[in-house]
Amino acid sequence: MTQDMTTSDPDESDGTTASTSPDPGGFSEARTQTTQEGTSTAPTVVESRDLAVYYGDEQALQPTTMEIPEKQVTAIIGPSGCGKSTFLRSINRMNDLIDVARVEGELRFRGKNVYDEDVDPVALRRRIGMVFQKPNPFPKSIRENVAYGLNVQGKEVTDEAVETALRRAALWEEVEGKLDSSGLDLSGGQQQRLCIARAIAPDPEVILMDEPASALDPVATSQIEDLIEELARDYTVVIVTHNMQQAARISDKTAVFLTGGELVEFGETNRIFENPEHQRVEDYITGKFG
Amino acid sequence: MSDATAPDLSRRSGQNTREFAYRAVFFVCALLSILTTLAIVLTLLGDALTFFAEVSPIAFLTGTTWSPANDPVSFGVLPLITGTLVITFGAAAIALPVGLLTAIYLAEYASDRVRSVLKPAIEVLAGVPTVVYGYFALVYVTPALSVVFPTISTFNALSASIIVGIMIIPMVSSISEDAMSSVPDSLREASYGLGATRFTVSTSVVVPASISGIASSYILALSRAIGETMAVTIAAGNTPRLVDLTDPAGVFLNSIQTMTAAMVQLGASDVTGQSLAYRSLFAVGLTLFVITFLMNLISEWVASRYREEYR
Repeated sequence: MTQDMTTSDPDESDGTTASTSPDPGGFSEARTQTTQEGTSTAPTVVESRDLAVYYGDEQALQPTTMEIPEKQVTAIIGPSGCGKSTFLRSINRMNDLIDVARVEGELRFRGKNVYDEDVDPVALRRRIGMVFQKPNPFPKSIRENVAYGLNVQGKEVTDEAVETALRRAALWEEVEGKLDSSGLDLSGGQQQRLCIARAIAPDPEVILMDEPASALDPVATSQIEDLIEELARDYTVVIVTHNMQQAARISDKTAVFLTGGELVEFGETNRIFENPEHQRVEDYITGKFG
Repeated sequence: MSDATAPDLSRRSGQNTREFAYRAVFFVCALLSILTTLAIVLTLLGDALTFFAEVSPIAFLTGTTWSPANDPVSFGVLPLITGTLVITFGAAAIALPVGLLTAIYLAEYASDRVRSVLKPAIEVLAGVPTVVYGYFALVYVTPALSVVFPTISTFNALSASIIVGIMIIPMVSSISEDAMSSVPDSLREASYGLGATRFTVSTSVVVPASISGIASSYILALSRAIGETMAVTIAAGNTPRLVDLTDPAGVFLNSIQTMTAAMVQLGASDVTGQSLAYRSLFAVGLTLFVITFLMNLISEWVASRYREEYR
C-alpha cells in the first residue's frame, strides 16, 4: 500500500467537480468535440495528453494522447505487457496504490487534470467506477455488496437502488429472493455481474473494465458482452481486453497498444479492424504477432 | 507391448527402506511434543488429585483465603484467580486496542520501507526477557505512577498490568498484521475503486476479512497474560487478596498475587515435597491449564463463527 494516496476529507466538493474547478492550463477550451477520425460528435469525457507511466525505472506507458467519447464503448487491446491495464488504471488513479508508480503528462476527466495537486483520488473514483479482471465480490451478502459503494459515498441505500443496480447488471432475476446470501455463493459469471451492479449502483459517469470476461466461460462472457453494450446507453465504458473478437463485437472505438507501452492506433472500431493504418496493427489483428 | 521394450520403472534398491526411515524420523519429532504435553497433563492431574483427596474441589474453588504455608492454612484459590484476572484485564485494555491499531497501520498505512523497519522493531519487544520487563516495571513504571497516584504500593497490580500489556502488544500486532496482509489486494482494489478512503477500506473490508486472525491473536495474547509469571511476580508482588470490585482504585494500586506468582512462591519456599502445601501447587497449575485451554477453545469457536471468509 502506498504513502501518497491522499487521505484527505472525502467530501465530494473538494476541487474535483470538473465543471466548477479551475483549469490552470486553460486546455479545456481547446478540448475537441471530435476524435482523431473526425467522424464522431460525442463529447470527450476522458482525455489523456502525453500521459506516461513508470514503475520505478521501467516505463510501462509511452506518452499517450487519446480522447474517450461519452456514452460509447472504447476498447483497449494489445498483447500482454503493452500497458493497456496501466493506461486504464491511470484514469481513476488506481496506480496510486502501487508504491513505485509515477505518472507524467495529464489525464483529463471532463477537462480537469486528475493528477493536479488539488484532486482527491477518492472523489475521482466516486465518479469513475471500475470492474476488475477476476470477480472480486466482498465476502458479504449480495445486498451489502451492491450497497457498499452507496454506503461509502454517503448515499441513501434503498431496496429500490439495490434492485435497480441488479436489474441493470442483468442479475436481478437470478438473485431475487436471496439477497442476503453471500456474494461468494454465486457462479463466476454471476459474481462478475454482481461486481458490475456494485460499480454502477452509485451511478458513476465512467465505468472502467479490466478484462472483465477473461476469467469466465463462453456463456458468461457473452452475457457480460451484451450487458456492456446495454450499459453504454447510460455510461461511458472503457474496456481492456486481449480478446480481439470481443473488442470488435462490442466497442465503438478501439485503441491498439503494442509492446513497449505504445499507443499505435486509435479510431473507429470497424475501421481499425478492416483497414488499419499501421502494418504492426494489421499484423497484430490478423494474428501474425501477439 | 512386449517386456523387452517396457521402460524400467522399478524402484531403486533401498528406496523403500530410506522412505520408511524418513517417515519414521518425521513422525517421532511430531510425537515428541504430543508426548510431552501428555506427560505434563498427567503429572498435573496426578498430584492435583492427591491434593483434592484432602481438600474438596469446591472449597478450593470457592475459598476466599489463600494461605498454604502459614497457620491457619487455607486453600481458597479465588484470590489468585481474581488477581490473575485483574492483570489480564489491565493488560488487555492496553494491548488489544494498541495492538490492533498497530496492525492496521502496518498493513494498510505504512509504506514498504516504514514497515520493513517498524515490524521487526516491534517484534523485538517480544524477545525481551520477561524478568527485564518485571524490573523495568518495578524500577521505572511504579515510580512514574506514584507521581499520579501517591498512595500506590511499591508492588502493585497497575504497573504489572501495564508492563504485561506492553509485553503482549507484539503478539496482537504481529498475528493480526499477518492476517490483514493475507487479505487479497483484489478486495482492497474493489473498495478503493468505489471511492472508499483508506480508513473505510481498513474498517469495512480488511478488518472484517481478517477477524478470525485478529480474534486468535487476542486469545493467544490473553493466554499469555494469564500465564505470565516473572514480570508479575516482580512487579505485583505476592499478596493474595480477593479483588474487591467496589474499590477498583484499591485493586490496582495495591499488591496482589496471581496464580503463577503463587506457584513460584510455593516452589521456591521450603515446603516439603509431600506436604499439602506443595501439592496445592499442582492444583493451582491445573486450574491455570484448564483456563488457558478453555480460552483456546473459545478462540477456535470465535474464529469459525465470525469469519468473513474470502476465497
